[in-house]
Amino acid sequence: MRKLALAILAAVFLVVYPLLVHNRFFLHLSIMVLLYALLGMSWNLLGGYTGQISFGHAAFFGTGAYTSTLLLLRFGLSPWLGMFVGAVLALLLSLPLGWLTFRLRGPYFALSTLAFAEIVRVIVYNWDTLTGGGDGLNILTDLGGVVRFYYIILALTVAAVLVMRACVRSRWGYFLNAIREDEDAAEALGVPATRMKVIVLAVSAFFVALGGSFFAAYQLYINPDLVYESQISIQMIVVTIVGGIGTLEGPAVGALIIVPLSEYFRGISPVANPLIYGLFIVMFMLFLPEGIVSRVRRLLTRPTGAVVEERDQVSAHI
Amino acid sequence: MKIIPYIQSMVNGLLVGSLYSVIAMGLTIIFGVMRVINMAHGELIMLGMYVAFWAFTLFGLGQMAALLISLPLFLVLGAAIYGGVVSRVERRAGEMGTLLVTAGLAYLVANAAQLVWKADFRSLPSALTTRSVFLKGISLNYSLLWAFLAAVILTAVTYLFLIYTDAGRAIRATAQDREAAALMGVQIHRVNMLAFALGTALAGMAGVLLTPVFYVYPYVGRVFLVKAFVVVVLGGMGSIVGAWLGGLLFGVVESVASMFIPSGYRDAVGLVVFLLVLLFKPSGLFGRSRV
Repeated sequence: MRKLALAILAAVFLVVYPLLVHNRFFLHLSIMVLLYALLGMSWNLLGGYTGQISFGHAAFFGTGAYTSTLLLLRFGLSPWLGMFVGAVLALLLSLPLGWLTFRLRGPYFALSTLAFAEIVRVIVYNWDTLTGGGDGLNILTDLGGVVRFYYIILALTVAAVLVMRACVRSRWGYFLNAIREDEDAAEALGVPATRMKVIVLAVSAFFVALGGSFFAAYQLYINPDLVYESQISIQMIVVTIVGGIGTLEGPAVGALIIVPLSEYFRGISPVANPLIYGLFIVMFMLFLPEGIVSRVRRLLTRPTGAVVEERDQVSAHI
Repeated sequence: MKIIPYIQSMVNGLLVGSLYSVIAMGLTIIFGVMRVINMAHGELIMLGMYVAFWAFTLFGLGQMAALLISLPLFLVLGAAIYGGVVSRVERRAGEMGTLLVTAGLAYLVANAAQLVWKADFRSLPSALTTRSVFLKGISLNYSLLWAFLAAVILTAVTYLFLIYTDAGRAIRATAQDREAAALMGVQIHRVNMLAFALGTALAGMAGVLLTPVFYVYPYVGRVFLVKAFVVVVLGGMGSIVGAWLGGLLFGVVESVASMFIPSGYRDAVGLVVFLLVLLFKPSGLFGRSRV
């Protein structure tokens, strides 16, 4: 009951927020927080819940960004529709990668993600008749004001939260958890491990691509270095690790911390941000590998010994 | 004589491939012993390249000297990374944790290098790096030839170390079966540290040897990391001989293939090889099947 009330309160706050805050910078900051919460959550479904670490999610992000932008520039299709085309394309792109690597035992998936992202970037960079190559693409259409963008990313992120919540709280959630903990045992118990991993990668790619399309529309400019850069992949990882890997709230909490920080450091030096991301990953993995959410939850529940809702089958590992 | 360019390209590929072998051996030793994929392997290569570059630029030291300096330097660095970071994270967060923390470390080191040494593409003076000897119409780059020789010696020494010394036997035993090795009295923690130090030293020394052939810049590690992955998968994960032959083979394939495709797609060759291996022989040329 208390949880539901809290959720409603949060929802109301998020909806009326742009009516109360007119400061453009704060709105921009909130948009970026929501975007990174969305990206982190998508990465987390695969990395945190299923234990399949991807270093190449930028490939899906970029694919979303390029697809919706090209559809807008070539056919005048609104990016708010084009983003779903991009998401489906990213999903299709993820299928061969997943099928090829997930049927193998061992860290083949993690190894191939780096190369996968690189090849997609190389293709987009060199296919300049379609993509504009290194010059990138400019959006000159007026896509609305910052408040409109806020509500769109809010809707996307909430949709992602609901989908992922449904995923991890259903039978699927237990499947994913079982795959992460012991794949052989999971398969012995009838969990279709390979198929589950392929599906989760596809879902993850879908939502990351939506984020990519949104980013392109919001920035009005993209090029391969901007949307296919490894920093995009790292950002998803860092918000998830800081917030709490394998928790629903983690990436949002991580984004709330990381995004303002990186907006601040952006002005100081171009390498300040990547440096901080690297530092955060190393420090958190060393000293707080379960992340802030899991730690706080444990601190809150330990002294009173109250019954905790342990349906988020997460904090046990990592 | 149309065949000459192809032979030339194969020879160059073989020479560069010998360096890929050294890199891949380092990665595969670490993976074989502790199931850790060292995502920071590329950055260690990058550091090795800077060691060679600064050793020459500041002190006028040649590659031989740089190689001798880098051996103890990278052994200690590797032991420190293992003891200070990797082993701790592994205890608390397992395989997934080591993957993430080494990736974070890689990102940290690459960008720290960018901060300190700037993004400039540096290279050794061309008087040093462009000297060649000719052999029946095939030109052999002098420093590449010397790097090849050094790489062959490094490979041989590493191999003999693993086969004939007690420490090498302990490493192989741990790679084969960690529990059984522990029961036979092998100190797993020390073996892990040794393997990590060895792998790091191989990466650093490969970096030194690569310096005359490739530009030195902070993000160069990524390029070699991806190549190392391809070679390791090609040779079979955890296989030393596989890493060696895989490196040579990949060097040749990459070099010859780049004659036929536009230069922009050159880096894509690796991925195509990677995908073909995963598709048709995922255990690699010399690995046990893991399907």
